[in-house]
Amino acid sequence: MKRIGYFFLYFSLLVVALFQIVPLLWLFIFSLKDNREIFAGSPFALPSEFRWENYLKVWDGGIGVYFFNSVWITTLAIVLTVLFASMATFAITRMRWKLSGAVLSLFIIGLMIPIHSALIPLYSMFLSVNLIDNPLGVVITYTAYNLPITMMILLGFYYTLPKEIEEAAVIDGCSVNRMFFQVILPMTTPVMATTVVINMIYNWNEFVFVNTFISSEKYKTLTVGIQNFIGQYMTDWGAIGATLIISVLPIIIAFIFFSNKVVEGISASAVKG
Amino acid sequence: MSNKLLIALYISPALLLVLVLVFIPLILSGYYGLMEWDGIGDKTFIGLENYINGLQDMKFWSSAYHSFLLAIFSTLSLGIYLTISFILASKIKGSDLLRKIYLIPMLLSSVAIAQLWIKVYNPSNGILNVFLKQIGVENPPAWLADPSLVLFAIFIPILWQYAGFYILIYYAALKNIPESLIEAARIDGASAFQIATKIKLPLIKEVVSVTVVLAIVGSLKYFDLIYVMTSGGPNGASEVMASYMYKLAFSSYNFGYGSAIGFLLLIITLIVTFIVRKLTTPKERIEY
Repeated sequence: MKRIGYFFLYFSLLVVALFQIVPLLWLFIFSLKDNREIFAGSPFALPSEFRWENYLKVWDGGIGVYFFNSVWITTLAIVLTVLFASMATFAITRMRWKLSGAVLSLFIIGLMIPIHSALIPLYSMFLSVNLIDNPLGVVITYTAYNLPITMMILLGFYYTLPKEIEEAAVIDGCSVNRMFFQVILPMTTPVMATTVVINMIYNWNEFVFVNTFISSEKYKTLTVGIQNFIGQYMTDWGAIGATLIISVLPIIIAFIFFSNKVVEGISASAVKG
Repeated sequence: MSNKLLIALYISPALLLVLVLVFIPLILSGYYGLMEWDGIGDKTFIGLENYINGLQDMKFWSSAYHSFLLAIFSTLSLGIYLTISFILASKIKGSDLLRKIYLIPMLLSSVAIAQLWIKVYNPSNGILNVFLKQIGVENPPAWLADPSLVLFAIFIPILWQYAGFYILIYYAALKNIPESLIEAARIDGASAFQIATKIKLPLIKEVVSVTVVLAIVGSLKYFDLIYVMTSGGPNGASEVMASYMYKLAFSSYNFGYGSAIGFLLLIITLIVTFIVRKLTTPKERIEY
């Protein structure tokens, strides 16, 4: 009786796992087929011939440019976000000043803001300072909107750093700047790694800001790029599948190598909302 | 360097960015809502007209209704996630791997998810209808083109996307419960079901309350997936608050009215967050 119960529970977990995986598996299989085979054959049959040329075709057809834009915009925004968030968290947790509590609550409130409420004013602000159709506008927007969550993840770690470290550093005649960059930052590497992974996922997948602020093909990132691109190839399922696989691949690879960091970061981001 | 200057140096990059790009736009949104404005030309002050129009706009209320429906679906689905987490946390072999598999859709962009599910729902070649035809359903629906089904059809990918996230949170909370409590209940003769509902569930009440807020507020803000999958269609049947606001501003160039709707979205989100927190936060904190 207990056996059967256990089997039933296990079975239900596997069904959920299948539900989560099967659409992606199907996507990967049809990304290697041509339309004739997709429409005529059984959906999960392996392709009679693996058509990797689907990937080559969409990469040269424009996806490559979007891909590199996503890479550098994501990377630059991560560096700025993690650096600024670390500095601010350092100032809030390790220095004593009157307004630190008020400033911290400001960042916490920042977690709850629906971005759509800020979108129109942001657009008109950027229009007046030439940041529309300029990737830097996207970079600073990503940085600003990811600072609160990044700081929330960092805070807990900074609070646990023992005070003695700074005291020792100060006695050694170490300046605050050297202490921050050479002592504190290296010590926070594990939690910084978590914030890097989380920021990478957010930035890589972001859609609304790029869709609103960027109009030139040469600056578009993958999310917005594939949206237009798929319009072009509307009927070529293999090309669409290849495009989607290319767009999700970096995140999947990051997940395979850093799954524990991702899990940690996503659990921490539960405070977001 | 003086201490004050140092503090300013460390806090100001983050503070300035958040003030200028997050908070000032929010205030401006309320202000622009008082204007008639096409986004490029001059602004004309028209008082509360946009807000009054917004409150009388049936299209706005229908989009708000859809957002709230999604919020209700999302809240109800928490029950499913919670059940799965209970099973997963009951010393199941491979639970770590399963948890990670569940999480994969959460990592993908909403655009990729939307494009994938457009294909899943494709009336003639999508896997859903191919499967339905195979098991003998003669005329499976054209999911995304059917006004009465479209919202449910959109909800399935949302469920798919967030399952891993909520399961992860519940699982972590359940694993945090000290084994000794469970052991004590077992010795007192409690069944597995009783332990789950009478001991574990009350102990993770706080976490459940947080996820209810997340699910509801997240749904009210929902945009990307719907914008890509249906763009609010057919005929407004899947329009939500954020997509309605977006269209007003960036398709109809009605920036003043769009700002007013954006500001209403902010107010509604804040009020709902406050109410849900009040209703769901347990009165006393549980310590163990």
